[in-house]
Amino acid sequence: MNSIEIKKLGLRFGEVEVLKNLNLDIHDGEFLVLLGSSGCGKSTLLNCIAGLLELSEGQIHIKDRNVTWEEPKDRGIGMVFQSYALYPQMSVRGNLSFGLKNAGVPKAEIEKRISKASEMLQIEQLLDRKPAALSGGQRQRVAIGRALVRDAEVFLFDEPLSNLDAKLRTDLRVEIKRLHQRLGNTMIYVTHDQIEAMTLADRIAVMRGGKIVQLAPPTELYNKPVNKYIAGFIGSPAMNFLKGILHGGDQPYFIVEDSKFPLNGYEFDGPVPEEAEAYLGVRPEHVVIGAEAEASVAHHSVEVEVVEPMGSDTLVWTQLCGQHFRVRVDGQSELKVGDTLEIGFDPSKASLFHAQTEERL
Amino acid sequence: MSVLAYESTPEKATAKKARSVEPSGSRPTRYLDPGRIILYSVLFVAAVYYLLPLYVMVMTSMKGLPEIRMGNIFSPPMEITFQHWVKAWDSACTGLYCEGLKVGFWNSVKITVPSVIMSIAIASVNGYALSHWRFKGSEVFFTILIFGSFIPYQVMLYPLVIITRELGIFGSLSAVVFVHTIFGMPILTLLFRNYFASLPPELLSAARVDGAGFWGIFFKILIPMSVPIFMVAVIMQITGIWNDFLFGTIFAGIKNFPMTVQLNNIVNTTQGVKEYNVNMASTILTGAVPLCIYVLSGKYFVRGIAAGAVKG
Amino acid sequence: MQAAKRPNPLFKNLQAKIAAIPMIAVTLIVFLGCSIWTVVYSFTKSRALPLEEFVGFYQYERLFKTSRWLISLENIAIYGIFSLILTFVIGFTLAALIDQKIRFENTFRTIILYPFALSFIVTGVVWQWILDPTLGIQHSMQALGWESFQLDLIADRDLVIFALLIAGLWQGTGFAMVLMLAGIRGIDGEIWKASRIDGIPTWKTYLFVVIPMMRGVMVTTLVIIAAGIVKLYDLVVAMTNGGPGIASEVPAKYVYDFMFARANLGQGLAASTIMLTTVLIILIPWIYLEYGNKKQKS
Repeated sequence: MNSIEIKKLGLRFGEVEVLKNLNLDIHDGEFLVLLGSSGCGKSTLLNCIAGLLELSEGQIHIKDRNVTWEEPKDRGIGMVFQSYALYPQMSVRGNLSFGLKNAGVPKAEIEKRISKASEMLQIEQLLDRKPAALSGGQRQRVAIGRALVRDAEVFLFDEPLSNLDAKLRTDLRVEIKRLHQRLGNTMIYVTHDQIEAMTLADRIAVMRGGKIVQLAPPTELYNKPVNKYIAGFIGSPAMNFLKGILHGGDQPYFIVEDSKFPLNGYEFDGPVPEEAEAYLGVRPEHVVIGAEAEASVAHHSVEVEVVEPMGSDTLVWTQLCGQHFRVRVDGQSELKVGDTLEIGFDPSKASLFHAQTEERL
Repeated sequence: MSVLAYESTPEKATAKKARSVEPSGSRPTRYLDPGRIILYSVLFVAAVYYLLPLYVMVMTSMKGLPEIRMGNIFSPPMEITFQHWVKAWDSACTGLYCEGLKVGFWNSVKITVPSVIMSIAIASVNGYALSHWRFKGSEVFFTILIFGSFIPYQVMLYPLVIITRELGIFGSLSAVVFVHTIFGMPILTLLFRNYFASLPPELLSAARVDGAGFWGIFFKILIPMSVPIFMVAVIMQITGIWNDFLFGTIFAGIKNFPMTVQLNNIVNTTQGVKEYNVNMASTILTGAVPLCIYVLSGKYFVRGIAAGAVKG
Repeated sequence: MQAAKRPNPLFKNLQAKIAAIPMIAVTLIVFLGCSIWTVVYSFTKSRALPLEEFVGFYQYERLFKTSRWLISLENIAIYGIFSLILTFVIGFTLAALIDQKIRFENTFRTIILYPFALSFIVTGVVWQWILDPTLGIQHSMQALGWESFQLDLIADRDLVIFALLIAGLWQGTGFAMVLMLAGIRGIDGEIWKASRIDGIPTWKTYLFVVIPMMRGVMVTTLVIIAAGIVKLYDLVVAMTNGGPGIASEVPAKYVYDFMFARANLGQGLAASTIMLTTVLIILIPWIYLEYGNKKQKS
């Protein structure tokens, strides 16, 4: 059963089309991440689902109920905001109970739900404090708690971790994942951070320009991005792109300047073009060096230009056929600027994109 | 010769260096920096200029008439007396009536209290609607309202006289309250709109998800967290309305004249001997209320000015 | 599938619309309605009561033949120009001085601003007394032995407007100072660090770096002060009541007197229409600037 169905959703602010003919089905109990850079419409879409923005066209169904024109409170949702949005003059307990009081939930029931939620989030000892007396991480826990007590069918998260520092972000990320495993609710999570998206999601919807560009599980998104934009967006350090000419046939190969890269094992998405301008995308972590490189079908010699040690591994900047190329090597390697490096990669792990449409080939 | 001179220079330099103190630690403070002296002198002179009228007011109010005629206005009274204050409060004459300023004082209270409450109640709700619940045309009305505040009152006076007369309130306290509520609206609406707009919209979204409606959000979420801005508004309105002269003269009717109108009548009455001491005592009494509010609430008063100046 | 009816857009946001009714009524009835009424009736023969007998520009012709009106205009122009310039210069100077990390900053600011909390009536009465030619400063100075000391502005037909100016500045400069101080403090502190490293003297930084960055505050101050000048009324009533003779009359007083004391409504309305026009002349460039900027931003 689908938990949420979005049908032909459109949203305009005056002349500006923010969301265009958007369709999305979210399964029951699924963790769906809306991923995109700022201004792509991901938060707008979430606000439409929450009922905080009125759509111009289309329908939204939650649990088979058409909620297109319903008030947020009647949609069976709980929402967590980036800035926590805690009511500053109310205690944590007041924050948690405000919605329930408005809904006329009996006192005993409110108490029960608060104690359950606060135990789950380990905020029992904070219940009588004001939000101002809490740390960022504690505030976000309370904000999650506020969604939790509502016993909602669907949880909406609007970049909940963006205001936290790196360490807390990782901690809370795991906690949200645990929460999802424990509750089994449908969760929609908006973020611009691809690592958050990859780690949390059952499926990721990558958005760009008010449209969903690719909707797929994280591994598929990583291995088979549908276009060059997603390929560059997912993965860190970002994918290398080499511009050149693709030659089809039985033994397809790729030409950059004078160098030839055989494409043995590459799975084309559709019919192989005879000859086309294209980008060859290779992830830095898929590049192999040294003896391994010599064993691979496509290998080249390059000079080390910049070395960025990051501890666990080291990023090496080089030039391949006159184009920038990054290689991820082991953190213990002792490469120096000016060293010559033998590199190679497995074509089956690479991606090819059409030079004009930037679609996957 | 020249070689000798050349050789001796570095020696001299090192010698000099050795004798002078090497800079280290904190920089020695110069207590008598000439720039600072000028700075403080200018500020002191300015302070004297601004304080002078207050000083003269107080001194004059405590002198007897002969002393005023003989001496100079800066000299302190030979003997301090508050009898002129009592007279100003209790029995100073405006035209035919000699009941003192107390009548005006209570009229001003009766005008100010309801006007402050009314204007703030209406403007805060307006500002709230305009900041988070914009509807088609709301910005247009708001723009007219703001630019309307620059229209000289004189332009709208007569039609307002007609309106209040038609409403049957002309020449009464209600009329003045009505007019103050109207003319307080632009600046207060701006004040509240800007303040509410500066609150995170996510807070209101959260409240909507929690099932609070337009009024619920306003009373349960916004008002409790906006106490400072209400303070600013109250102070702004009390001083503004207390100091009003024009509306009081026209709309209140003779028996409801506020304190400022009465003060003007006392001072600028052409009948009888000019009692400068009583005049100054009346002036102090009239200025006392806004002055006290100003001194007690300095921070909020300044914030009110700054808030009024920030356009939205 | 439920075919819920789309809510009527008129009732969308209904509570907000209800809440805004007072504002809508005030803008439509008072700010627009009353202003238009005044403009329209300024073309009638109205005397004690409004009449719908239109007489074209008759009231305006009469208005500009009345010496009292012409003097009023001249006075407000002189007062306005001097008041604007001096308020800006004094206000900014004081703000810059107070910005020098001085001790007792709060005390100085409180002293400079307190007149602004007072009524114009209070200000007028006090300065009337201080400038009183027989018993005020002039008398005191002469009594102290400075026989030639002359300060009888208030009794001098040609100079009485400057007496008003002194009182007006006393009351209003503190306000300008506070606005400008807020403007100066609102500027990024790194500007000061940069200019210090570049070795630019403080006064030069104020003049060539800070002032140009304060454009917004300056424009706001200008508009508020200018609008205040046009409304100048209470101060005149309390301090000189237009005298000596008609030497210190101002337009706002002209309007009031003709409307309410002399029962010559037509004149009052025509005069207030001129006031309205003046304000529009000040406002329209500002609105234009504001809107121009907003369009560029979006």
